[in-house]
Amino acid sequence: MNKDKKILDTQFPDHIPAVKISRRRMLGGAAALGLALVPDAFGKVIQEAKPIFVPKDPTKVPGVPPGPLGTRSPFEKLKKLPSFTSSRTPLQNLFGTITPSDLHFERNHGGVPTMDPKRYELVIHGMVNKPMSFTLRDLMRFPSFTRICFIECSGNFRSGKAELTPQEICGLTSQSEWTGVMLSTLFREVGVKPQASWFLAEGNDAAVMTRSIPLEKAYEDAMIVYAQNGEALRPEQGYPARLLLPGWEGNTQIKWIRRIEIANQPFMTREETSKYTEKIADGKIRQFSFLMDARSIITFPSYPLRIEKGWVEIRGIAWSGWGKIIQVEISVDEGKTWQAAILQEPVLSKAHTAFHYLWRWNGRGTIVMSRAIDETGYVQPSYRMLSSVRESRGGYHFNPITAWEIKTDGTVWLADNDVL
Amino acid sequence: MLENMEAEVEVRSVLIYILFIGLLTACQGNHPKEQASSSYAIPAENIVVRPDENGWPASFDFGSRATKAQIERLDISITPDGKGLPDGMGYAKDGALLFQKKCASCHGETGREGPFDVLVADSASRAATIGNYWPYATTIFDYIRRTMPYNEPGSLTNEEVYQVTAFLLYANGVINRDDEINRQTLPAVEMPAKKHFVADDRRGGPEVR
Repeated sequence: MNKDKKILDTQFPDHIPAVKISRRRMLGGAAALGLALVPDAFGKVIQEAKPIFVPKDPTKVPGVPPGPLGTRSPFEKLKKLPSFTSSRTPLQNLFGTITPSDLHFERNHGGVPTMDPKRYELVIHGMVNKPMSFTLRDLMRFPSFTRICFIECSGNFRSGKAELTPQEICGLTSQSEWTGVMLSTLFREVGVKPQASWFLAEGNDAAVMTRSIPLEKAYEDAMIVYAQNGEALRPEQGYPARLLLPGWEGNTQIKWIRRIEIANQPFMTREETSKYTEKIADGKIRQFSFLMDARSIITFPSYPLRIEKGWVEIRGIAWSGWGKIIQVEISVDEGKTWQAAILQEPVLSKAHTAFHYLWRWNGRGTIVMSRAIDETGYVQPSYRMLSSVRESRGGYHFNPITAWEIKTDGTVWLADNDVL
Repeated sequence: MLENMEAEVEVRSVLIYILFIGLLTACQGNHPKEQASSSYAIPAENIVVRPDENGWPASFDFGSRATKAQIERLDISITPDGKGLPDGMGYAKDGALLFQKKCASCHGETGREGPFDVLVADSASRAATIGNYWPYATTIFDYIRRTMPYNEPGSLTNEEVYQVTAFLLYANGVINRDDEINRQTLPAVEMPAKKHFVADDRRGGPEVR
C-alpha cells in the first residue's frame, strides 16, 4: 500500500481498518471502528466512531437480533462533503441511480429550519378565484403522484486541480423518488385567473427563499412533494413539503414551501437577478434559465482510485432537464473516437440514467471521458466549446465533459479543462 | 354506498395514468395562454405522465379558504413596479450608520471588502455588485427585509430597510446623496445593469448556448 495515495480498485468506499483492542473472550475476533449516531451538545445527531466486535467466524456466534431501524454496515463510510452553504453527494460511492436520502446534496441560504408538521400550512393566493390554505393532511388527501427525477444545483461545476473527486466536481446533483400532489391539482382547486402568467414560490426558512416560476411549468409537471424514497422528506430537503420542478435548477424548487402567489409578472427576487443568472457572450446576462442541460460524469474510474490492467467496467450517470438521455458516448482514447455506452433501463425523463461501458485497459496512459446526448439532439459540449460559446469559464449552468487522465501506474486524475 | 363510490373515483383517478404528448392537449379548462413575459415554452416533444383527471369532482373540498389576515401576515413580496412596498422612507446618510452597525462585519466597511458578498461596485474588482449587476432596485429592499442581517433575519423595520437601501444605491453611484427612497422613488430608480439582461434563449436541440 502506497501511503501517499489511497489505492482502491473498486468503487467501494475506503474500508475501516481493523484495530487491535485487547479484550477478554474475543472468540478469536477483532474490533473495528464502526460509526454510531450520537447526539452532540446542540442536540444535532452526529456520527461517531465506536469500536465494534467482528467475530472471526460469524457462523459460530449468534448475530444481532431484528431491530426497529436499519443502519448502514459499520464498514461503510459514506459521507456528504459539507461547506458553509452546501453539502455534496458522494457520486463515486453510489451505485445505480437513486441517491440514499441521507446523502442527497444540500444547498440552503439560511440553514435548515425545524418545522412542526402539525402547524404547517401552504397558502395559495393572488390571481385566483378562491385563495386557499392547505395543511399537510389536506395535501396528502389529494390524488397523489409519484415520479423519479434528479435535482441539480445550477452552480454545479468545480475544476482547477487534478485531485478532484466526482463529489467535488459535480456532487450537487441527486436523485430520489418523490411523492406528492401535482401543482395543477391544487391550481384547479383555487381557480387560476386567465390573465395570470407567473407564480411566486416562497419558503419558510431564514432566507424566506423566493423564486418566480412561469405558470406553464405548473401545468407541465410541477408538484408539491411531501415524500422522498418512501418516507417523509428529509428536513434538509424541505420537510414537510417542497416544490418539485423536474429538470429545472435546484434553487427554483423551493423547500419548506409556505406560500404561492399567482401573478402576471415575475417578482425579480434576489435569487433570479443577482444570483442564478449567468454571463454569456457579448456582455449579456442570461436570466430565467431554468432548464438543466444534458450532462454526464464517469464515476468509476475516477480520482483517487487506481485501476489495474485488464477489464474495467467504466460506469457513470447522465441526465438532462429537457427529457430523456438517448445516448452516452465514451472515449477511451483522448477524444479521437467515441463509442456508445450501455444505458441502464428503464431510461426515465429528467432522471439520472446509469451507463456502463466495458473496456480492456492495456496499461498505456490515456484520457477517458463521457458525453451525454438527450432526446432534443443536444450533445454535452467540451469545456473549450462551452467556454467559447459563453465567453465564460464557469458559473451557473456550466455542464462540460469531465475528462479523467489515467497514468501508466493506473492512477486516475482529473484532466485539464482544455484537454478536448 | 357513497363511500364505495368515492373510493372508486379515488382508485380510478390515482391508479390510472394517461400518456399524452405536450401540454395543451391535456389541460382542461382554466390554464392561461402563454404570455410574452414568460420566456419558457414547454418543448412539444416532452411526454408527460400525469394522473387521469377523469371522474374528478369540480372541487375536492380539501383545505380552507385563506383569510385576508392570513394572507397579509405572509405576503411580503414586492414587484419591480413597486407593488407591495410599505410606507416609510430613508436617506443614505442614515443608512450609512446602520450599515456600519449591522452589515459591515460581513460586507466590509464600505461594502467592498467582504468577506461575504461584495455589494459596492469598484472599477478595479470583477465582483458582481448592486451597481454593476442588479437589474432592479426593488430587489434590494425585498431581499434585505426578507433575510438580512444574516444572524438576525427579518429584524429591521421598514424604515431601516429604506435607509440601508438608500445607502447602497448611493454607494454604488446610482442615486444622489440626498435622494429620498420611498415606495414611489424606489421603483423609479433605473439600475445600470438592467440593459445587460436577456431572457433564456435555449430551446433544446443540438445548438450549445
